[in-house]
Amino acid sequence: MRQLRRFFSLCRRDWDLLVIISLPFAYYVVFRYVPMYGIVLAFKNFSAAKGILGSTWVGLKWFQQFFTSAYFPRIVRNTFLVSIYYLIFSFPVPIIFAILLSEIRHRWYQRIAQTASYLPYFISMVVAMGMVVSFLNPDEGILNVLLVKLGMTPIDFMNQAQWFRPVYVVSGIWQNFGFNAILYLAAITSIDVQLFEAATMDGATRMQKIRHITLPSITSTIVILLILNLGNMLNVGFEKIILLYTPATYETADVISTYVYRRGLLENNFGFGTAVGLFNSVINFVLIIVFNKLARKLSDVSLW
Amino acid sequence: MKAKTYDRFYYFAVYGLVALAIIVTLYPFLYVISMSISAPEAVAAKKVFLWPVGFSTLAYERVFQNRQIWNAFYNSVWYTVVATLGNLIFTVLGAYPLARPRFFARKFFMGIFVFTMFFWGGIVPFFVVVNKVGLYNTRWALVIPYLIETWNLVICRTFLQSLPEELYESAKIDGANELRILWKITLPLSKQIIAVLALFYGISNWNGWFAAVLFLANSKLHPIQVYLKNVLLSGSSAEAMMSWAQMGRSALLSTLQLKYALIVVASLPIILIYPFVQRYFEKGVMLGSLKG
Repeated sequence: MRQLRRFFSLCRRDWDLLVIISLPFAYYVVFRYVPMYGIVLAFKNFSAAKGILGSTWVGLKWFQQFFTSAYFPRIVRNTFLVSIYYLIFSFPVPIIFAILLSEIRHRWYQRIAQTASYLPYFISMVVAMGMVVSFLNPDEGILNVLLVKLGMTPIDFMNQAQWFRPVYVVSGIWQNFGFNAILYLAAITSIDVQLFEAATMDGATRMQKIRHITLPSITSTIVILLILNLGNMLNVGFEKIILLYTPATYETADVISTYVYRRGLLENNFGFGTAVGLFNSVINFVLIIVFNKLARKLSDVSLW
Repeated sequence: MKAKTYDRFYYFAVYGLVALAIIVTLYPFLYVISMSISAPEAVAAKKVFLWPVGFSTLAYERVFQNRQIWNAFYNSVWYTVVATLGNLIFTVLGAYPLARPRFFARKFFMGIFVFTMFFWGGIVPFFVVVNKVGLYNTRWALVIPYLIETWNLVICRTFLQSLPEELYESAKIDGANELRILWKITLPLSKQIIAVLALFYGISNWNGWFAAVLFLANSKLHPIQVYLKNVLLSGSSAEAMMSWAQMGRSALLSTLQLKYALIVVASLPIILIYPFVQRYFEKGVMLGSLKG
């Protein structure tokens, strides 16, 4: 009772802040938390006429259907493989690029390189993927025109399952390496210059300075970003895959989120789609928590 | 002497690798532009590799003759302006109370907001809710469900927290309420963060396409990105493109060239503002890296 009265007096004291936050709060409730409540659809047979509340319960039917279906192992495997390949190949690139940039002695050259490098991050996913698909077109795409010039047979990249992951990874590196280098470059720039000067006095070569000063100074940044990336592993580029994949490449390209979109929304299986989506969200959540805990243990930086 | 050769080789390698990175990044853009302005004959003969071969504005004429493209472009401008304004208002309103140490429910609201970064209901329930609210097939479907990006709210809060507390004290003594303080004191000092947020939101609104595919059945409401997607990435419209390309005297114009011209038109606003805003972009990234 007393606590309640205290609560009301605090509300009266901070009424103005409560007014300010009411609109954003309403937004979060309606568009973030009501959908979370909508997860009950995973246990229901949704009918639009009856709404979320009125639809009949079906228990674990959708989960059973999903876990026993042939798609289950395929999309889980694809999800992990796409993100692991992407992580392995893309992760070192911005680190190397940032170190290279930091070694540049001409300020203008550094600026130009940096400005150019994150231009691909700015353009839309549709434009970026439209470029990829046009360049790889078997008849008139530049890459295949070049292949033919070199006397090779053109490759239909977008319709062959074994090419999907390379295309995804390489285009992803092109889109993101410059942007991801920003943080590393900032970390390198903040290293005390005296360290380098002292090393030069001791006769260290440039490579030695990179190995013994630059790299150790950005290790914590590297570790944190690696861990955050691992935590976000299931958030593979949904929009990107939707734009890139074709039925011919589903075998390697179809991931959990694209499957949810196709089965759940395009084919109107709301209950089933919600169930598979929930499976995705839960694993995602666990990964983020686990890796964030790990980040906090290894260094004292974490997301929260 | 030895050290000098070593240095020379070292810098040669470093500058060379960076040059390679620049070329790899920019080549696709240059190629697209070159293709779009080359003579149709050269494009058909596959003669364009780097610089334009011949010159023709035919592809652009075709693009600008298309009423649908004008309409889609207008839609994109509308979405970008309206949605970004909404984003800014809601994000600042959400971040400000969380940056005030005196606010008793600060932790509670912060928790509620941040939790959504880690867990969500999934696309199907989200879709059902947006429909239920009556936004399906209206312009507002691209605005209201996306009002706040939590990460941007956190960045905004971090910035507002860095403003000195003394600013507020005199205002408090005058008995001004927080609404007035936000409007009169905080906002004028927050131009930088507002520029960063406007940039982040503006670009993502201009570039966005999936929400339109999800919620807008009416193609008259589609933004340029969706039009572009249909032309570039869905085989369905290729034939329509073909007849469009070959109207009248431009029988030689290939769909490929039209596609490249369209890519340029759709990216133009971004490319034009890019050199000016790039600096704010870095600033925003750095703000985001600070712990909130």
